[in-house]
Amino acid sequence: MRHSVTVRVGPAAFRVGADWRSPIEQLRDLYRDYPAFGGVPDFTVSLSAARPWRRWIRPSVAIGGDFTLPEAAPLPLAHGLLAAEMAMNLQMALGWRRHLLLHAATVERDGRALILCGESGAGKSTLAAMLHRTGWRLLGDEFALIDPATGDVHPFPRPISLKNSSVALLRDHGRWGSLLTGTPKGDIRHLIPDPASIAAMTRPAVPALLLFPRFGFDAAAREVGGSEGFVRLTTASTNYTGLGEAGFRTLTRLVHHVPMAAIDYPDTDVALTLIEELWR
Amino acid sequence: MRFRAAPADALLQASLDPFTAVFHRPSGQTHLLVSPAPEMLAALADGPLSLSDLHDALAAAFQLEDAEGLADRMAELVAAGLVTAEPAA
Repeated sequence: MRHSVTVRVGPAAFRVGADWRSPIEQLRDLYRDYPAFGGVPDFTVSLSAARPWRRWIRPSVAIGGDFTLPEAAPLPLAHGLLAAEMAMNLQMALGWRRHLLLHAATVERDGRALILCGESGAGKSTLAAMLHRTGWRLLGDEFALIDPATGDVHPFPRPISLKNSSVALLRDHGRWGSLLTGTPKGDIRHLIPDPASIAAMTRPAVPALLLFPRFGFDAAAREVGGSEGFVRLTTASTNYTGLGEAGFRTLTRLVHHVPMAAIDYPDTDVALTLIEELWR
Repeated sequence: MRFRAAPADALLQASLDPFTAVFHRPSGQTHLLVSPAPEMLAALADGPLSLSDLHDALAAAFQLEDAEGLADRMAELVAAGLVTAEPAA
């Protein structure tokens, strides 16, 4: 491809190529604090014109790569950075086999990891960003990578993808990528993890608490038992089935060793209070 | 008719209270079982049993009305591939 960049986040390296300069420049800026990577990438991502003339006329970005979904719709060039981030997520979700992947945000304090597992809209990225702001190390806002050999959480500290009101909530903190307006998910902006989280992106943490947050409800917390947790986590994993026996062993160990709770919260302040109470 | 559990080395089990998760190695599938299904598998671990013999083996732990009451549960285990049915010896 005409333009490309290779980035490594935690254990995974991506080579992203594009027909256009702008998404690659935005990616370079977003990942400029990450260590340079000169090895062989794990995944290749391509951002190409949906039709040949779409390189110039109403430029439209089709997502390609080692792993793709046929129904993925092209995005306008203005959202090229979003396309790249989506494509990188897709490679991990469909192709990563070295860890059990959970759709979850993770942060660490004192060597212990808090896993926030939930569907889109549960607020895991916002909560991870808020916790990160108060001193927790960011391990990741999209995937928790559970090591089948040790049970530890491996960092995957991509820039945190924040949407709409969450961008305003945190705008005075940290370094940000470009604001992407009018995307299918609304306005999106990426918050870059602090240097300490990036520097420690090869240092795993021991899972200590697993929460299932739910936004938009009165404050509540309840313990989640092993059976319910197991079912929720198999649903939240993109590669549980593909990992076979290793996935079963990894997930049952997690469920046996890590306390789990479901929390409902009406706003982030309440959520942070609940989290601190449960963390003790 | 007798019922034979999958070989012990074909199954991985984890108690998750109240369910038992069972990973079936030959198929790669995970099953969530609730009592008395895990106990039925355990009772069959030493060799195949008829429904009547299985009922007797489990009667002490469960209030089972008769052997036929186990038939539906057994049919589910057979359908899941965790147990196979074979003609009585």
